[in-house]
Amino acid sequence: MNGDYSSPQDLAWKCRKCNINLIVGPATLTYMGNRMTANLSQCPICGYVLISEELALGKMAEVEQVLEDK
Amino acid sequence: MDQKELRLLENQCIQEEPPECMAACPIHLDVRVFVGQMARGAFHEAWKVLRKTMPFPGILGRICDAPCRDHCKRTKAGQAIEIGLLERACVTTSVPKQRILALPKKEKRIAIVGSDLDSLTAAWDLSRKGYGITLFESGEQLGRSLLAMPEAILPRDVVAKEILDLDELGVEIRLNSPIHDKFFLAYLHRGFDALYLGQGDIAELRDEDNGIFACGSSQHGGAGSPVWQAAEGRWAATSMDRYLQKVSLTAGREKDGPYPTKLYTRTDGVIPLPTVQPLDQVQGYTQDEAIREAGRCLQCQCLECVKVCAYLKHFGGYPKKYAREIYNNDSIVMGSRQANKLINSCSLCGLCEAVCPEDFAMQTLCIEARRDMVQKGKMPPSAHEFALLDMAFSNSEQFAMVRHEPGHKASTSVFFPGCQLSASAPAMVKRAYAHLRQIIPGGVGLMLGCCNAPASWAGQEDRFQTEFSGLRDQWISLGRPDIILACSTCYQIFQTYLPEAKIKSLWQVLDEKGLPGDLSVKHGAVPLTVHDPCTTRHEPETQQNVRNLLRRLGQPYEELELGRNHTECCGFGGLMQNANPDLAKTVVQRLSGQSSADYLTYCAGCRDNLAASGKRAVYILDLIFPDTAMPDPGSRKRPGWSLRQENRIRLKDELLNELWREGSRKMADTRADDHEKIILNISPEVQQTLEDRRILIPDIQKVIHHAESTGEALFHPATGHYMTAFKPYKATFWVEYSVSACGFTLHNAYSHRMEVAGKGQP
Ligand code: SF4
Ligand code: SF4
Ligand code: SF4
Ligand SMILES: [Zn+2]
Repeated sequence: MNGDYSSPQDLAWKCRKCNINLIVGPATLTYMGNRMTANLSQCPICGYVLISEELALGKMAEVEQVLEDK
Repeated sequence: MDQKELRLLENQCIQEEPPECMAACPIHLDVRVFVGQMARGAFHEAWKVLRKTMPFPGILGRICDAPCRDHCKRTKAGQAIEIGLLERACVTTSVPKQRILALPKKEKRIAIVGSDLDSLTAAWDLSRKGYGITLFESGEQLGRSLLAMPEAILPRDVVAKEILDLDELGVEIRLNSPIHDKFFLAYLHRGFDALYLGQGDIAELRDEDNGIFACGSSQHGGAGSPVWQAAEGRWAATSMDRYLQKVSLTAGREKDGPYPTKLYTRTDGVIPLPTVQPLDQVQGYTQDEAIREAGRCLQCQCLECVKVCAYLKHFGGYPKKYAREIYNNDSIVMGSRQANKLINSCSLCGLCEAVCPEDFAMQTLCIEARRDMVQKGKMPPSAHEFALLDMAFSNSEQFAMVRHEPGHKASTSVFFPGCQLSASAPAMVKRAYAHLRQIIPGGVGLMLGCCNAPASWAGQEDRFQTEFSGLRDQWISLGRPDIILACSTCYQIFQTYLPEAKIKSLWQVLDEKGLPGDLSVKHGAVPLTVHDPCTTRHEPETQQNVRNLLRRLGQPYEELELGRNHTECCGFGGLMQNANPDLAKTVVQRLSGQSSADYLTYCAGCRDNLAASGKRAVYILDLIFPDTAMPDPGSRKRPGWSLRQENRIRLKDELLNELWREGSRKMADTRADDHEKIILNISPEVQQTLEDRRILIPDIQKVIHHAESTGEALFHPATGHYMTAFKPYKATFWVEYSVSACGFTLHNAYSHRMEVAGKGQP
């Protein structure tokens, strides 16, 4: 699921620990021995990644299903 | 499953067997499709169907004597379809000229003697196969017997026009041939690679080893039948083709002529309809009459199982197809396993087997495929996870327990209420247990836990065996008492895996030993409709026990059409609900819709599933141990996933406290975990979201507790909401919440299974 999966609403969130706005940056996704990179909203300091509801229940669920059926 | 097993399974489902009409037709016209097109008024399409199988449809379609008619299934509900008249109606409407397709020309040459329908058919078939054909006729015209028919039935110009097709195929025609001359025949035998002697002509000279073939209609007694004649020509053509290709003349030809078909088509319940009579008895049907007559065709097929199972219907096929899909799924090396969903969605209820004329058991196919997938490590991890976690919960300290009756050192019986009843109606467990202690002497022990059916349904054999041997040990520790089971799934599991134990359903015990004396509540005169749990399919005694109880309670009841051994699953069985929640909803909706009356059932899982679908449903213990605080048990809502676990925790806690005086355990230990102290405010909408997404309150508490103790979260300045993720086991839960006056307000929650790591500043 390589690509850009951040949305403008995501960037309204701040990292509570680092007290800084989220940015869009690369993140690693792993599932069942598969590894992918994607651009996701995250904290520029600690790297805390936001997975939005839309992403979790949409594209991500779809990819999980494909990998489980491989 | 290997190729051979697949073949056996595929053959067991007879859905693809031909209908009676087609099997009885000497040339196996696809009558069902033909009549289907006629019913739609698609005369050109119908004509194409004829053309595929029938030589000279313009001729044969007018004069076919339709021996298939006697076999038509419609006779079971009215009269046979007038297939012959429909053929006539089809070919007498004008049709566009179709190009005749033929294979490339071959070297070999064949002589055909005679020009009746058999010879014409042989010429037609063999020329289309590419052979060079010469047709020898003793008379001055082709098709003398055809031309002799009444003009109104078979106009001469139609015969002439149809025979022209042979010209188009390059058939050479020799009239006035001395075919009765021995020397002439010897000449043909020398000059051609094979020879066909038509009907009525010197057929006794047949010598197939030497390439002389002949009409064999005398053997079939079909001399007067045009379609038999055509069939004779066709079979001879096949033999000649095989002779010239030097392959076996006879292999695989059992179905050349009419044969018995195994196709089953149910006709009870079909409204009988008489034949549509043509106004014009000579010319036959008008188009409109033909459409009406064709409309009576049953379009014979089986699909008995698909008619009663929403699951089988959902995947768009039938067991024969599914067997192949499941086989392919197993043999796949690379790429996506397309049938995983199919395999995991079956509720394993066994209704298919019960209704199938050939006893096809889809549930066996599915459970074996699941076991296979688990063994090969190919089972999708998410398919059954939620149910297996719930099973683990039931078998944990939180719920599982085993005790002799208070004040007893031994047990003659033990009550095993199961996880679903305890989750759904813990108070009923207490009342039933109290009553059992009254009516059974010698000590009635109690075992709480899950029968581990979910592991079995998930195909996890090893795990099932391990967990179940734990139950066996508990039973042995009680001194092998008789086991009393409230749940029919537990009953099925214990019966199969603990055959050394004497088991009884709670309903049998109550039927034999009596109901509570003070049945003060009068039950309504309004009948309830009995729904038998699918796991009682093969337990007629249990089903009868329940009906006896209803009678004693003075509760009138009605039966479902699909009841007893044909009962439907509520969607709980086989973990269908886990693997395919949407389908499980369809399944329970279907069941709910079978009667408008309130349902009465004796499985807590069925009861709750029905209730969740909006159906009013009463559990039998609601009648036996009426609860004054619940005057309308039919309206009781299904407790949600979290409440189902809480109910089990509380049940164990209260029983230990009230009966065994072991002190209140619940608040003391299990709530000792910090996360369980977190107080949540949850609106009904969010509650529904949690239900739909199967997210449990303790997991939410863990996520918030993690965020609050580590500070790891996101913050939304505009709303003041927090958003945070935590992975208590395999799934990551996201929770959106805010701080409220007391505790936290939950705004949203969802989960995913992928693991994510951000890199921070790129
Ligand atoms: S009931 Fe179903 S499985 Fe059985 S023969 Fe008919 S279509 Fe096939
Ligand atoms: S009802 Fe239709 S499909 Fe069935 S046997 Fe008769 S013609 Fe054939
Ligand atoms: S859900 Fe029941 S009736 Fe349907 S295929 Fe499975 S076992 Fe057969
Ligand atoms: Zn941060």
